[in-house]
Formats: sequence, C-alpha cells, structure tokens
Amino acid sequence: MAELKLPVSEETIRGLEVGDFVELSGRMITGRDAAHTWLMQEFREEVAPFMKDSVIYHCGPVVAENDDGTYDFVAAGPTTSIREEPYQADVIGRYGLRGVIGKGGMGAKTLAGLGEHGAVYLHAVGGAAQVLARAIPRVERVFMLEEFGVPEAMWVIEVERFPVMVTMDSHGGSLHDEVREHSQAKLKELLK
Amino acid sequence: MGDAGSYTETFVELIRRASTELPEDVVAAIEEGREAENEGLASIALGTILNNIELARSDSAPICQDTGTPVVWIHYPSGVSTRGLRADFESAVREATARRYLRPNAVDTLTGSNTGDGSGRGIPFLHFEEWDEPRIEVRMILKGGGSENVGSQYKLPDGKLGAGRDLEGVRRAVLDAVVAAQGMGCAPGVLGVCIGGDRVSAFEESKRQLLRPLKDTSPVPELAELEERLLREGNELGIGPMGFGGKTTLLAVKIGFLDRLPACYFVTISYMCWADRKAAVSIAEGGDVTWLS
Repeated sequence: MAELKLPVSEETIRGLEVGDFVELSGRMITGRDAAHTWLMQEFREEVAPFMKDSVIYHCGPVVAENDDGTYDFVAAGPTTSIREEPYQADVIGRYGLRGVIGKGGMGAKTLAGLGEHGAVYLHAVGGAAQVLARAIPRVERVFMLEEFGVPEAMWVIEVERFPVMVTMDSHGGSLHDEVREHSQAKLKELLK
Repeated sequence: MGDAGSYTETFVELIRRASTELPEDVVAAIEEGREAENEGLASIALGTILNNIELARSDSAPICQDTGTPVVWIHYPSGVSTRGLRADFESAVREATARRYLRPNAVDTLTGSNTGDGSGRGIPFLHFEEWDEPRIEVRMILKGGGSENVGSQYKLPDGKLGAGRDLEGVRRAVLDAVVAAQGMGCAPGVLGVCIGGDRVSAFEESKRQLLRPLKDTSPVPELAELEERLLREGNELGIGPMGFGGKTTLLAVKIGFLDRLPACYFVTISYMCWADRKAAVSIAEGGDVTWLS
C-alpha cells in the first residue's frame, strides 16, 4: 500500500485508480451537511487554505475537550457521502480539493467533477471509528463549532497513515457503479 | 420500587455496553464473513471492522461515532412508574453523552442546532409494556443514521417488482431493498422485517426483530424458511462489505408479522449496520441487576 502525503499534487492524484489502498498523512479538514451548504453560500476565506490541495472528510466525530482547551477525536468514522452530491463537485472546484473521504460513494455529478478538477473519492471503512480515530493524532483547530455543533463543525486535523480505498477516480472509474450494475443484474435473475 | 434517579446509573452502563461492546454472535458472524472473503477490499474492510470492534471494547469507546438513536423496550411490573423510568432513562442518555459513550446526536429539526446533550424530542425512543413478572427488563438497540436512511417500506402489490400479497411478494420487496441500500447502510447488515401492520406499528416491529439473536430460528416455519432463503440470496447479490463487492452483504434476516387492514399490505424493512449494537438488563424487585445477552 502507498503512503500519500497531504497536501498532494494533481499529478499524484491522477495516478490513483479504483481499487488502490492508500494511507494518508498530513493535514485535512472535516465537513458534512451543514458545512457543504455553508461552503457554497459564498467563498469562505477562513477555511479555504485548509482545503486547497488537501481532502475533506465527511465525518461527524465524538470529541473530547482537554483541560488546556485542545481537542481529541474519540471516535471518528466516515458518514454517508451521497447527501453532499448536490454540492460536492462545486466545492471541489471552488476550493481546489484533491479528494473527498466518506462512505457509500457518490453520484455522476461528483464523478464528473473528480475528472474535471483532478480529484478522487476515498472510501474509509464505515463504522471503524476507533481504528480511524487512532490515525488522527492531533486536532489543530475548529471552525463553526458554535453554529454547527460538534458533529457538523469543520475540524482541521492531522492524520497519520489514515487508511482509505480509492473507489472513484479521476478517469471516470467508480467501484460503486460497477457493484450496483452487477447486483441489479443478479437481482433480475433472482426475481425471474 | 425505585426512587427518582435510582435506575439512571444502570441505564448509563446499559448504554456504555451497547455503544462499546458488540455482542458475541455479531462478532462471530463478521468473523465468518472474513473467512469467506479471500482478498481485496472486502477482506481489508472486514479485517478493519474486527480490529475496530476489539479497540472499542478494550478502550470502552464508541464502536462507531454515530452512536445512533437509543430505541428501548421496557417491560415493567404493575406499580412501577413509567414516568419515573422515562426520566431516569433520559438522564442516563445525557450522562452517557457527557461521558462520551454517546455523541451529542439530537438536532432540533426546525433550527438545525444540536441540543448538545444527546436527548431531544422523541430521542431516546422508549416503549413500555406492563407484564406479570416482578422484575424490570430493558432491551435497547442503538440505531445509527446511515443505516436508518436505507430502511424502507413497500406497499404490496407492487407491479414493478411483480410482488403480490404473499411471501413471494415479501421476498421480492426485501431483495429489492437490499439492492437499493447497496453498501450505504454499512454492510454487512442485519435486516429486521415486519410483514403487515400499519405505517406506525410496522417500523416498530421491524426494529423489535433486531433484538433477536442472529442465529435463532423463527418459530413460524414458513418465516424461518424465508429468513434463511433471503440471507442466502441477499449474499448472492455480490454487494459485499461496505459495497466493495463480495460475498458478505447480510449477517442475518429476521422477519416478524402483524395483522393488517384489508386494504393494506406493508413490507417494512429496518436495516441495521454491522455495528449491530444492543444490550439488555434485568432489574430485580430488590434492585439487583443482571446483564442479559
């Protein structure tokens, strides 16, 4: 498996293909439903530098606040990505993201956006909140905590060998489309 | 029996157990799945899941960050105040959230703001039933949002599926639901199914089915047969862990039924993710606590 450092270049990302297993190290940001709406309302200068050439993680963590005011992620698996389908391609383009981490895959609009902007969809194992929290040694800062609450806030985090699978790439490949088509064909057979 | 607050600590422990310790039969079913998957992403996913289950148990930390809605069935003897039990359970949810066994998981639907303490309108969801035994029995599932979003309800007949008002129609609806869910409910999942009922009772019964041990057999022979067949056929669909493709899409299928109105024939499916979190406790008259599997 390859280790991939964040921030990452477009060229490296375009070299990834569906089925690749990679481990991410470096800085990324979390964002889910409220964040995606907010990111599209206007260009958010304050978070933009944390997104450029990095990835956004669809995650609503369980967070502990330490006595010194710092935070730790206690549990931090991915949430279902498809809810961000209306916004994701535009968020990628507008903020220069190189990838999205989530679960369940995304649709045609995002897939086209990945190709256009040079980005990938990275699938983390859903529910693996402990394995993934351990790959997040540090929480750097947080945006919109008051407004969005803990699960929906945008957390800037440092990750170390954070395990993900490439399930949608920048060449139009989608494991989710493949599996869906195969299972629909099988269903037809079973319901004959 | 029981002053205000007397059950709170027991209920906090119930929540801790459910959120951090996956039942043995669920772990065994996931292990069986990993043995069936030889390679590739499916095998990596199940290996990660098993590793995660172990870490959560040893650290007493949530298996999944979406700690779900506590859905709770409480049997109680005559004379116990259900208002008191509700107050204690709601305090337990707030305390378990403060101790981070639960995520602050309740959002005010109109304002969009998180209530911050895990409790909210309709959360936790409690069902009370009086019984003849002198003890209180509490059974709970933690039902996560990703899997809740792929639950569904079919109204038979369904012409598109060729599904009539019989068990063959039920089979067709359930298989269709599994394909629609793909990996989005965090496969491999457990299906709780209710045939019949109405749009209120059926979802509750489908969730109550999730309390059954994975390997039990329905006492109704034709349902036992259908459960077994749907488990086999569901796994033939090839969706696999997380929808990565593979042989392990479902861990179990549990089917119950309710009577229905002449005009209605619902098939209601609740999808439970692999993090099939549940716990149960019995509280004797004198307050002695026994943990149930």
